Amino acid sequence: MKPSIVKAKPADVLKDASMIKQKEMMAAHYERLTNAPETGEKVASTFVPGNLNELLMCFDLVNNLPEVNAIQSGLRKQSGQYIMEAERAGHSEDVCTYVKSDIGMMMKGNIGPNGKELPKPDVLLLSYTGCFTFLKWFELLREQYKCPTIFLQTPYMADGKVTPNMIQYMVEQFKETVIPTLEEVSGVKFDIDRLREYLKKSAQAEDDLVYILETGKNKPSPIDAYFGGIYYIGPIFGAFRGTDDAIDYYRFLREEVDERIQKGLGPVTPDGPMDEEKYRLVVEGPPNYTSFRQFWKMFYDEGATVVASSYTKVGGTYDYGFRHDPDRPLESLAEYCLGVYTNRSLPMRIDMLSDYINEYEADGLLINSIKSCNSFSAGQLLIMREVEKRTGKPAAFIETDLVDPRYFSAANVKNRLESYFQMVEQKRSGKGAAA
Amino acid sequence: MTQSTSEIVARCEALYEDLSFTAAREWKAAKEGRKVIGYMPVYVPRELIHAAGMLPLGIMGGGDNLEVVHGDAYYQSYICRIPRSTIELGISGRLDFVDGMLFPSICDVIRNLSGMWKMLFPDTYSKYFDVPQTYKDEIGGTFYIGEMRELLRDLEQIAGHKISDDEIRNSITVYNANRELVKELYTLRAQVPWQAPASEAYLVIRAGLVLPVEEHNVLLRQYIDAVKAEDRPIKDNSKVVVTGMFCEQPPLNLIKSLELSGCYVVDDDFMLVSRWLIGDVPTEGDPVYNLSQAFLHHSMSTAAKYEPNQEEKGQFLVRAVKESGAEGVIFASTSFCDPALLDRPMLQNVLKEADVPFIAFKYAENSGQMQPIREQAGTFVDSIKLWSAA
Ligand code: SF4
Ligand code: SF4
Repeated sequence: MKPSIVKAKPADVLKDASMIKQKEMMAAHYERLTNAPETGEKVASTFVPGNLNELLMCFDLVNNLPEVNAIQSGLRKQSGQYIMEAERAGHSEDVCTYVKSDIGMMMKGNIGPNGKELPKPDVLLLSYTGCFTFLKWFELLREQYKCPTIFLQTPYMADGKVTPNMIQYMVEQFKETVIPTLEEVSGVKFDIDRLREYLKKSAQAEDDLVYILETGKNKPSPIDAYFGGIYYIGPIFGAFRGTDDAIDYYRFLREEVDERIQKGLGPVTPDGPMDEEKYRLVVEGPPNYTSFRQFWKMFYDEGATVVASSYTKVGGTYDYGFRHDPDRPLESLAEYCLGVYTNRSLPMRIDMLSDYINEYEADGLLINSIKSCNSFSAGQLLIMREVEKRTGKPAAFIETDLVDPRYFSAANVKNRLESYFQMVEQKRSGKGAAA
Repeated sequence: MTQSTSEIVARCEALYEDLSFTAAREWKAAKEGRKVIGYMPVYVPRELIHAAGMLPLGIMGGGDNLEVVHGDAYYQSYICRIPRSTIELGISGRLDFVDGMLFPSICDVIRNLSGMWKMLFPDTYSKYFDVPQTYKDEIGGTFYIGEMRELLRDLEQIAGHKISDDEIRNSITVYNANRELVKELYTLRAQVPWQAPASEAYLVIRAGLVLPVEEHNVLLRQYIDAVKAEDRPIKDNSKVVVTGMFCEQPPLNLIKSLELSGCYVVDDDFMLVSRWLIGDVPTEGDPVYNLSQAFLHHSMSTAAKYEPNQEEKGQFLVRAVKESGAEGVIFASTSFCDPALLDRPMLQNVLKEADVPFIAFKYAENSGQMQPIREQAGTFVDSIKLWSAA
């Protein structure tokens, strides 16, 4: 069975077409997942960075992303109890809370956002890309599910470049282990032309995604590239890259964003459109999901828009020019994995954030450091100082967690943000005086 | 002249405590053109550095004696300690004689540290040393050979001369001897742990991280011979395996505390680099290929490594218990260490299946308070004795 194509028309509900479309897509996807035991569709679990959605589609596999499930649990305020459940079962309080949220959810019956039980995966595609924890996470899942586990290693871009040895290693893994095992699990023969078709569609949606993210350069920015950005990346980072649904979604979104630019409007927030853009920020690090709205409100209440963020690059750095390429299908999947944000060296991350500050004419950098994420967090204090030094713009550091509500202290975060905005003001007036 | 164990251990302890790495500095200064390459846990092929005529220098953090002044400004409180003390070593000039640093792919903290090093010390060579987590010759093997060749090219550039296959073969021979001696020491300790306590064996092996391997081989031989020549009292201790200490090292006091509370540590995962490759690496044929084969097919297991076979998951620990005759396992993990702490529940499940008792605690390289650990270990030993008596 193919994924359903949901039809929302931009004409009838111009303002919200993309949002409605995305909701429908997500709902249909979760239905497809939870119905898999009845429909007989097979399920592959995998990760957002290094997500090989096009390849999974070649084998009619339904893509289940535990990270996205953890986000859903966070947004629905269930992750806290899941994490505690996992800790009661012997998991350390020190480790990545995504893993514990996932494991706790599994222990509590694995109920998905649609209230139905998520299926057991038929295969775990351990795409080891940009995060060491992935490796342990899927070893833990394998211990439970005892299903075939495919390991794909993405070498780290430590020296800021992709070497032929890296590409060759990845392509060999695709040919020798990933594809043959997917064939075996699914019973579907691999057809490279089918992959090419999907990759072509991916590239089309990727063009629109980049266009949308780069509208943050406008003043005012018509988008919030962090809080809003999380919605914008959903389809392409998740189970829809390579589908017509994704193409439609990004086209609708692009039309909406264009309209906001024409009208000179800022981003849409949960409390309606933002009035005045007082601060333009670049944000590094994932958000907090357990108090997502509250967190976002602390920004828009102060007139702060995030014009660019690194988190919206964890599933691909398309704005740096990468597109999935149907003419070089396997190489291009390899390059995709290699390029994701968390697989980039620290100096590359510093370059990217500094460039964003300059290109998006931002007032400064804000780092949301995630307590339980070594991949992102180790080194962020150096990143902060270095970006500050290079751009001359103030930076600030806040600490929360992705999905553990125990580590979101609203008062602390608000205080930090308020003093940060003051710092930006001072910097501005200082500049004014000097000029 | 034969030395006593206490003389040898005293020398090793002095090396361990010397955070200025005087021995390595002196080695370097002794001859014009000598170079030193630092490396972090868990494994690098030291043979390649040695073959370039350089000294591989193991950097295992700052221990409990280093005052961290700058390092804390680089890390949040929820990140383990070894990267901040390593940065401290760098910024305070203690590594100013080092010509290069290797950061093996063990976890994201060391991975990111490799980039920080590039930023902080732009004039010193530094490299993230990636190793395969897939173990097929034509895939992981080919990749690994490629990575080693790249490292060799870099080392040649630093050395200013080519490195021949024969030089690598010679280095493999010297390191084979080292591995053999380390193994002999481990076997001896497992058999007669009262003769070669873990706190001593630790220091003797740790010395190998800062001394030229040839010198370390002599030292190991001396220590083993001295141990055999002495008679020390047997205590009523229980044999345990400790695991989880493969990266940030425990303070020496922690190992001593375990012993004081009634444990004979008969196997461990301290400084795995000394034991990573199991058995001799062949010296015939292509030496780089041989090193890759050893890495792929004859190497240790640890949390930093992917285990492709579910049936095999954790079995290395069960085997370590059996082979060393241990009666229990102590999981000692570094605080905030994702690899060790995420692996722990899986290993514990395997031990439950195999009926091996265990306890768990966390530590940091600068942990000072040993009382809780001593109490926990003491209770564990008592319960082991009760079980075995029942
Ligand atoms: S990237 Fe961070 S949050 Fe995501 S799985 Fe890895 S450690 Fe956890
Ligand atoms: S102690 Fe653990 S988390 Fe810290 S650097 Fe070592 S392996 Fe990584």
